[in-house]
Amino acid sequence: MSLKPMLAVESLSAWYGAARILYDLNFHVARGEVVALMGRNGAGKSTTLKAIMGLIAQRQGSVHFNGEDVSRLKPFEIARRGLGFTPEDRRIFVDLTVMENLDIGRQPPRTFPDGAAAPSWTPEKLFTLFPNLAEMPNRLGGRMSGGEQQMLTVARTLMGNPLLVLLDEPSEGVAPLIVEQMANTIVELKKEGLSILLSEQNIHFARLVSDRVYVLEKGQIHWHGTMAQLDTNQDVQRAYLTV
Amino acid sequence: MSVLAVKSLSKSFGGVHAVNQVSFTVARGEFLALIGPNGAGKSTCFNMINGQLAPDSGEILFEDKNIAGLAPRDIWRLGVGRTFQVAATFGSMTVVENVQMALISHGRETYGLWRPAASLHRERAIDLLAQVGMREAADRPSRELAYGDVKRIELAIALANEPRLLLMDEPTAGMAPRERNDLIKLVKQLVVERGISVLFTEHSMDVVFAYADRIIVLARGRLIADGDAAAIRENPQVQEVYFGTGKTFAHAQGAAP
Amino acid sequence: MTLSAFLFQALNGLASASGLFFIAVGLSLIFGVTRIINIAHGSLYMLGTYIAYSFATRIGGGLGFWGGIVATALIVCVLGALIEILLLRRIYRAPELFQLLATFALVLVINDATLWLWGSEDLLGPRAPGLRGAVEIFGRQLPSYDLFLIVIGPAVLLVLHFALAKTRFGRLVRAATQDREMVGALGVNQAILFTSVFALGAALAGLGGALQVAREPATLATDLIAIGDAFVVVVVGGMGSITGAYLAAVIIAEVKALCIAIGVVDFGFITVNFSKLTLVAEFLVMAGVLIARPYGLLGRPQGAVRSVAEAEDPIRPAAPGLKALAVAVLALLMGLPLLAQASPYLLVLGIDVLIAVIFATSLHFIMGPGGMHSFGHAAYFGLGAYGAALMVKWLAVPMGLGLVAAPLIALAGALLFGWFAVRLSGVYLAMLTLAFAQIVWAAMFQWEGFTGGSNGVIGVWPPPPFNSAAVYYLLTLAIAVIAVLLLRRFLFAPFGYAMRAGRDSPLRAEAIGIDVKRVHWLAFAIAGGICGIAGGLFAFAKGSISPETIHVGRSIDGLVMVLLGGIQTLTGPIVGASVFATLQDTVMRQTEYWRALLGLIILLLVLAFPQGIVGAVAQIFGRRRSP
Repeated sequence: MSLKPMLAVESLSAWYGAARILYDLNFHVARGEVVALMGRNGAGKSTTLKAIMGLIAQRQGSVHFNGEDVSRLKPFEIARRGLGFTPEDRRIFVDLTVMENLDIGRQPPRTFPDGAAAPSWTPEKLFTLFPNLAEMPNRLGGRMSGGEQQMLTVARTLMGNPLLVLLDEPSEGVAPLIVEQMANTIVELKKEGLSILLSEQNIHFARLVSDRVYVLEKGQIHWHGTMAQLDTNQDVQRAYLTV
Repeated sequence: MSVLAVKSLSKSFGGVHAVNQVSFTVARGEFLALIGPNGAGKSTCFNMINGQLAPDSGEILFEDKNIAGLAPRDIWRLGVGRTFQVAATFGSMTVVENVQMALISHGRETYGLWRPAASLHRERAIDLLAQVGMREAADRPSRELAYGDVKRIELAIALANEPRLLLMDEPTAGMAPRERNDLIKLVKQLVVERGISVLFTEHSMDVVFAYADRIIVLARGRLIADGDAAAIRENPQVQEVYFGTGKTFAHAQGAAP
Repeated sequence: MTLSAFLFQALNGLASASGLFFIAVGLSLIFGVTRIINIAHGSLYMLGTYIAYSFATRIGGGLGFWGGIVATALIVCVLGALIEILLLRRIYRAPELFQLLATFALVLVINDATLWLWGSEDLLGPRAPGLRGAVEIFGRQLPSYDLFLIVIGPAVLLVLHFALAKTRFGRLVRAATQDREMVGALGVNQAILFTSVFALGAALAGLGGALQVAREPATLATDLIAIGDAFVVVVVGGMGSITGAYLAAVIIAEVKALCIAIGVVDFGFITVNFSKLTLVAEFLVMAGVLIARPYGLLGRPQGAVRSVAEAEDPIRPAAPGLKALAVAVLALLMGLPLLAQASPYLLVLGIDVLIAVIFATSLHFIMGPGGMHSFGHAAYFGLGAYGAALMVKWLAVPMGLGLVAAPLIALAGALLFGWFAVRLSGVYLAMLTLAFAQIVWAAMFQWEGFTGGSNGVIGVWPPPPFNSAAVYYLLTLAIAVIAVLLLRRFLFAPFGYAMRAGRDSPLRAEAIGIDVKRVHWLAFAIAGGICGIAGGLFAFAKGSISPETIHVGRSIDGLVMVLLGGIQTLTGPIVGASVFATLQDTVMRQTEYWRALLGLIILLLVLAFPQGIVGAVAQIFGRRRSP
């Protein structure tokens, strides 16, 4: 990797009350890369993403994003630097329409440090990416199906014109057809130049989208490598992913 | 004879038909999966059967008694157990107390004001915990358990009233593949031993295809397919509205061109 | 009563409705976004009236009045922003009830500050320049100012409605109302959003208070009356709905106006003075609406609020050490009369503390294990106290019978009110219990012929040998010990387990056959009955009972005691009640500004011990045990 990584995490630890959840995690995401954090339920994947986003009060270690230390910033400050966050449980604003949900996520366009323009998004452009949403701009979030909400939550994050998106379990709890659309979307976003860090349990899904993988178990990274390496490594799959 | 017979069940929300004239049966000892896209009406259908929602029309016959519109607690008393999509236990109690609570309620001792509850039905509760492999955790606070273990506790609670029908809403949601397999295997073993029928919803096709005796599919509030795993996998309508190409799950690989 | 008179009263009602709307709408907005129930909202309203009075009288004229109203709104707006920045920002992560306590402490501080600045006299402002006249409507004179009020309420509603629906600020407010953390994660500075919403709500309260200056005198009692009204309006209209708030304000104001219009009616067998019903009318409306629509007229069920409170540990029988400690304390308490020769006041204090212990333990019974946050526990204290006192007064029963009747009467009241209350949960339950307490209070206050009105019932002294402080103290001690042990026993029995089951997970409890509402209803009744004993003991200890002793302040005292001790432990309420009652009886008597002092103490405790005293002690020892 010749360029500085987009996201570099060093010795990241996190606690919920007295319980330690993460132990000294080190990993990075390069510009334009799709990286998957994989592991069982409770391995610490979601906690890692939340800790990066500043949503966990008790954490230690450093998080460098786009060359800047963001580990002491508040979530909104981190978001304003171009780090997008899509939570696992969607958290759509149910009393707001699709358009209003998108508006909440709106932020100004950005450029990369080298001066190149980062992908920027408008509702119109997002509607071509998610044709389902185009059919219901004035529908309330609460009246949408789970799959539609899943798309809206990604679209809402993209409205902030992020440089990197944290995508928490995009395939969880939605029908196979939607999972497939989500995979296609991630591939599209990567083509646009976006970096993505996603947490995932479904190796079939990860296989379709990711370049590299870090495998988590009990809050520690136990293995990392390319997706192709993981695909052929039955031992790691059996030990930590158990397909 | 069927344990559960759903006849022409319908429910609308604000003019939208969430569930539209749905009929199906669950035979004694059958392991029946209810699948379908998000928003197809699975939860609505499920919640009408467990009493959380009252249907607009239609009948729900449990052992020939119409339970449509009854409260969840009355349906439970008739012999229907259930587990929740997000496992629900009593967080301020120990694991064994959670099971004891169900046994106390089953024995109609809920309103006892004098005798301490700690010793009531403890042995039977421990026995149930042993059956789900959680005997060691009996005296730990239930909120400290890992999620997969909470699901097992729920199972022990659901078995406390010796149900003839078990309703499971996405039993493996939020679990890793191996935990999924272990849990479903355990459920299957326990219900076969007891002759309990199971109706469950599920998004994990791996689980559905491996374990369900029969599968029914809902889409846009209507029943669009009913059959065994092979038939459902090959059903073009189900592929179109639900599976897609099947490349995001293991068992259906190659199912579609 | 003619039709025109009715219509005229209806117009009057609309003018009052605007006032109610102004208090309530800010409360609703603030709750929606910050999830804080700002009890000090009524205090901001009261300050509005006082500040506007000063402008109108010091500067005078059109500028002093109208300019003063605008300036007042701005001043209260800034004050609101300061409160949010200096206090609330530190406690957004604290459990909901601690936030309530903190804002209640503000009520006390602001009330004393107002007393210090403006004195205790009621202050009546001038009439509005330019609108001093009256308009003839339906053959009667309607003040022009009332007409102005009738218009300004809906006008502000329209502006707010437009702002919420069409502006980005409005969208952010609505989004944050549902999920403030997510709004932050999308790049929105929540701190600024929270401060501006709080400031806006405060400005509306200040404006509402200022507009009243030409209609009603500024008085120190306004804060609690206003917050009571605001709660009712918000709950009837539906939390978070501003249109609902206006609708509710209109309904309540109209019902009150109607009561006044009807006046005294002779039904032949009984004569009812409807105008006396105005005090309880709004609470009756609220009870009716909540039964039919549990989330208010235009409200919707709230999504699960992300709980920040830690889950509770399983309950365990007392450890040998704690049992030994309890026996030692009991022995010490039994020996107290021996010390009393030196200081007779000690026994009075002892009785007060023991009564507080019964009061707080019974409240904890439903608040802790039951999860029902009652804001109106004073109702059952009052029913017990008045029940016993009135039986002595009218039936001349002996004390023993009075003390038996006290819990039974309170139990009956709790069965009635509890039946409605358990249908709701969370904030709505809190508000409904408060409303019932207000009804009890108003009944005692207004039913002069029976209850002695504001003077209350006097001369309820215990007969010998209980007229000796030492003997009465020992009686109180015995009853307190029995009451506490009884409640404890219930908690360890299946019933107590079922209460906690219904609190931990109502869905799961119902799914294993537990009738959660019925269990909680009976728990509510038991708590009410035990609380009634405290009331009965209080009446005989003081020899009298008056409406003031059962006012909303006593309900709040109970909350403070429970939270002070720590809600998650069974010993918490005992410790909390002892500390609070002792403080109240000693420190508080030393100064005229005891409210402010109490308020500051509460603020200090809330900021220092967010888990209560017992919780903090347990945590210290717990840390020591596990390395």
